Amino acid sequence: MSNILLIAQITFREARRRKIMWAALILGAAFLLIYGVGLYFIHRELMREFAQRPQNLPTFLNMLVMMALYAVNFLMIAMAILTSVDTIAGEVGSGAIQAVATKPIRRAEILLGKWLGFAGMLVLYAALMIGGVLLSTWLVARYVPPHPIEGALLMLLEGLVLLNLSLLGGTFLSTLANGVMVFGLFGVAFVGGWMEQFGSMMHSETVVNIGIVSSLIMPSETIWRWAAYLMQPPLFRNFNASPFGSASQPSAAMIIYTGIYLIAVMTLALQNFRKRDL
Amino acid sequence: MTSSPAIETSGLRKEYGSKVAVADLTLQVGRGEIFGFLGPNGAGKTTSVKMLLGLAAPTAGSARILGRPLSDRQARRKIGFLPEHFRFYDWLTASELLTYHGRLLGMTPGACARQIPQLLDTVGLSHYGDSRLKTFSKGMLQRIGLAQALLNEPELVFLDEPTSGLDPLGRRMVRDVIRGLRGGGTTVFLNSHFLSEVEITCDRVAFIKEGVVVRTAELQHLVAGETSVEVRATGVTPAILDGLRQWAKEVRADGEHIHLVVNDEEDLPAIAAWVVEQGARLYALEPKRVSLEDLFLQIVGTSGEPR
Repeated sequence: MSNILLIAQITFREARRRKIMWAALILGAAFLLIYGVGLYFIHRELMREFAQRPQNLPTFLNMLVMMALYAVNFLMIAMAILTSVDTIAGEVGSGAIQAVATKPIRRAEILLGKWLGFAGMLVLYAALMIGGVLLSTWLVARYVPPHPIEGALLMLLEGLVLLNLSLLGGTFLSTLANGVMVFGLFGVAFVGGWMEQFGSMMHSETVVNIGIVSSLIMPSETIWRWAAYLMQPPLFRNFNASPFGSASQPSAAMIIYTGIYLIAVMTLALQNFRKRDL
Repeated sequence: MTSSPAIETSGLRKEYGSKVAVADLTLQVGRGEIFGFLGPNGAGKTTSVKMLLGLAAPTAGSARILGRPLSDRQARRKIGFLPEHFRFYDWLTASELLTYHGRLLGMTPGACARQIPQLLDTVGLSHYGDSRLKTFSKGMLQRIGLAQALLNEPELVFLDEPTSGLDPLGRRMVRDVIRGLRGGGTTVFLNSHFLSEVEITCDRVAFIKEGVVVRTAELQHLVAGETSVEVRATGVTPAILDGLRQWAKEVRADGEHIHLVVNDEEDLPAIAAWVVEQGARLYALEPKRVSLEDLFLQIVGTSGEPR
């Protein structure tokens, strides 16, 4: 265990030293600032507009929050992939891994330590960005979307799916090929998610099935849709088919599937890495 | 425990697809030996080291390191390794790098703090402990890599081309470090292209060619065992040439130049006296040691092209 923590610690230090953390923090702060200021003025306008029927205000506020969270969701995915895409392939390529792997440490400890480091960064980033969006919305408009905690956790889960896939790719692909693969899978899930939405609106079983298969291959989009479903007001769910929300409730089995998916991907990565000649 | 050899391999083999990198690595390195591992580029030296260190899994064969199987992680507590072209996280400082590796070896922070300044001094980097590795030259990186390999006061050290990128001072430092290790009873497995260095530092060498250990020998026997002698003399009769064979295993005459190969340098005064006694006029008699380089070319050279 101490070896895993040691590797996690050095992974964190790398992010700090190579200014990855600073870039993420500064640009994240800029994102939140623009969102907060924009929301302030929009909210002032909305207050005037909805003075007669204030019960409709939350619906608009929710749409704004979901748009911001949709962007955060994408940033988290990019963060999960970009931080970890080079870590195994790069160190194997440069030979830097050799001096580490010949120490009395398991290969699994190296990989799990890196995972822990990147997952930790992702948690911090999620806390900053999702927390920032929710907090500024509350400060400006005194509005909180439904199920904020569950929604945030699901978004984090999606980030972890990408992180595990990128670590797996690193055990057998070059850095670039790995990046192309993980983003490609994300694209598959994205388009599959849309197919499923349209399919269910048009009552086309075939199209829905295409969507389901793609979300089994890569469950990231489904998780986002579930997060969005939870964080929307119930009334809104009936007519909103946009990337920012979800019209159909994902099945609960999908969560279990995603859990198994995460473990399977990590197991495969550990196995690959253990057998790999460094 | 200490009675087992430092390294013992039998028929170790590594294939990458259809390419055979190492065909048959069979050797034994005793405790405390300074062992040179020689061979042309692409002969399988680095792959051999990688197998011994658990970085690459052998396709066949068996090996024990410090009396333990290759997969045993505990043995690695007692092993130091300087990879060829040492590369590491260049965003760390020299001290941070060594501390990190010390912790990986299971050293306490206190032990690291005690050991590291001393090691930095050994490799001539005592003023650079707080400098980032990205500001280091190739030679300095090699030095820090060497310090890294010595952190745990290892019983066995693998040095893969330790002097590559080093200036003459650095090469001398490596030589001194190896001498120090010998004094402390540490076994050293040295991969090197610098034959003159191997000649100075090693007790025993193995030659690897096309993935096979073709010869293992004690350096003393290899180098001191045969001495070639250039003689310049006039009035040398065929009888004298014949008579020289009592000392020399090879006699070649070319005019007044005679080339001898003798087994023992100690015979030279007797040879000189005898030649003069036989009535020849002796102008010069110059022993030329067979260098490791000659031997290397002899054993490996002729068809040493990579397959």
